[in-house]
Amino acid sequence: MSDKLGTTGLILNEPLVWERGKPGRTGFSMPSEDVPFSPLAEELVRNDLDWPDLSEVDVVRHYTRLSTWNVSVDAGMYPLGSCTMKYNPKTNERQAGLVGLSDAHPLLPAPLCQGALKLMANLEADLAEITGMNAVSLQPAAGAHGELAGMLIIHACLEHRGERRSKIIIPDTAHGTNPASAALCGYRPVPVKSGPNGILSPDAVKAVMDRDTAGIMITNPNTLGLFEENIREISEIVHFMGGLVYADGANFNAVMGVVNMGCAGVDVMHLNLHKTFSTPHGGGGPGSGPVCVQKHLEPFLPVPRIVMQNGAYGLSRDFPLSIGRLVTFYGHFSVMVRAFSYIRSLGPEGLARASQLAVLNANYIRERLKAFYHLAYDRPCMHECVFSDKKQQAHKISTLDIAKRLMDYGYHPPTIYFPLVVPGALMIEPTETESRDEIDQFVDALIAIAKEAEENPDLLHDAPKTPKMRRLNEVEAARKPCLAG
Amino acid sequence: MKDISELQFPETVRYAADHEWARPDGDSVVIGITDYAQDQLGDIVYVELPKIGETLAPGEVFGTVESVKAVSELFMPIGGEVIAINSALMDSPDQVNADPYHDGWMIRIVPAQISDMDLLMDQAAYITMLKG
Repeated sequence: MSDKLGTTGLILNEPLVWERGKPGRTGFSMPSEDVPFSPLAEELVRNDLDWPDLSEVDVVRHYTRLSTWNVSVDAGMYPLGSCTMKYNPKTNERQAGLVGLSDAHPLLPAPLCQGALKLMANLEADLAEITGMNAVSLQPAAGAHGELAGMLIIHACLEHRGERRSKIIIPDTAHGTNPASAALCGYRPVPVKSGPNGILSPDAVKAVMDRDTAGIMITNPNTLGLFEENIREISEIVHFMGGLVYADGANFNAVMGVVNMGCAGVDVMHLNLHKTFSTPHGGGGPGSGPVCVQKHLEPFLPVPRIVMQNGAYGLSRDFPLSIGRLVTFYGHFSVMVRAFSYIRSLGPEGLARASQLAVLNANYIRERLKAFYHLAYDRPCMHECVFSDKKQQAHKISTLDIAKRLMDYGYHPPTIYFPLVVPGALMIEPTETESRDEIDQFVDALIAIAKEAEENPDLLHDAPKTPKMRRLNEVEAARKPCLAG
Repeated sequence: MKDISELQFPETVRYAADHEWARPDGDSVVIGITDYAQDQLGDIVYVELPKIGETLAPGEVFGTVESVKAVSELFMPIGGEVIAINSALMDSPDQVNADPYHDGWMIRIVPAQISDMDLLMDQAAYITMLKG
């Protein structure tokens, strides 16, 4: 193996921003007053805000130093994959920076923003084609918001039929946000266990599906990284009882241009543009979770919708069955520009190829590592594979120790202890952009760690040693959080 | 995590498949989670318990427990009315890790049917299930 990726180097310490600066220091100068002095109303004045006094260079150095403590996908492969954020091609930034798009005011009248509306209309059409659905709304601001939109649409559809149903079926391999989205809409989640092969059996759905159940929320591929092969049969069971099928598309990176969700019986689904379609979202946002529906649910989509009238694009609220507006304005527009740039730069074959490579890379890792780590479900996976610490437990090594040691090798740890159906889960998603060289280096690190676990387990118990911060006391941090500022 | 042989499973309590225990105490029944459950969860940082006076059916969720690894729901091993909760767990959730069968108890209920205790596993059956 060549030089280990992880190394030590000079890292600059940096105090909290309140511990920097001196009273009176400032980073700006106000122009001289040219209007009469007018004091603020007393109730608006606050003296308890602890603003630090800083110069411009203080602020720049503070945040630049903090940024050097970060790990990023631009610096190296990380195994969290599209579930967190995959590589964002730089051409997306160029398109999003075009002045006509980036400076467009959200209140521009339709005749003055035809380009922006056309881009949104084309993106809706592209997403409909990619998923095999009929109509799309770009409004939902993130994935869970898209789930909520989907649940509201199902509720509105049933209400329009004159039905009230109280339950939603949610398998144990669905995304953790699904029960919350269903509950927020007033539905009671009914958990269903996946089968011994990690996927949902039609019989398990049949056993709980009744006429008081609004439908099912199914994540496909599921959180074990396995394709729900029985999706069509499950859809038929749910439809037979008058229910609707919701697909969580957070794992869509495995199936772009490969699976037609409409043909699989899905009535409504969401996509995560900030995962699958390569848009950046540091620090929790901005996301975008478009909701995609079959023809029969189109009347319930959020308004306003983009429509073509007399040869021009416009926004219309004239959809009486709509669930209404979900966000101010139209959703996160600049995210849409980046996703559109990604879709059009790859094209149909490119998107399918990206998914194929994502699946190939995950299976390559699965095969290379399965002699060293216990594989929860030993069968071909989609874009991610799930191991556990079962083999390492004999040496008193847990998944957490393996994850911490990986940091010494220069890698951000993968998702751990999720999905919950696998005790001690270690879930790896490499994505399509990683070359075989990159993946081999990562796999070699994990193999080396498996050997260390047997021969020198304390190396893992004491890890990480090379990062700026050593092992943190997670228990103390959770029980007695110390929040400054 | 420990081997099953290193964990404690007293004979004085009955066990549910979801890893709760129930112990008769006079007319009431005390409920908590097993040594195996706390060991699997790891360091517990938060415990949410029901309100006193709530009546819950067997298998219904009576609370949640949050560890550094995960959040898990707590299921009623038998049905009944909650008459007391261990409020000390609000400040010291670590008692569940340290002493799951005594200081780490969670709720006390008046059982709807005390005979439901017979549906739960004894020590030997629970250990057999864990060894699976």
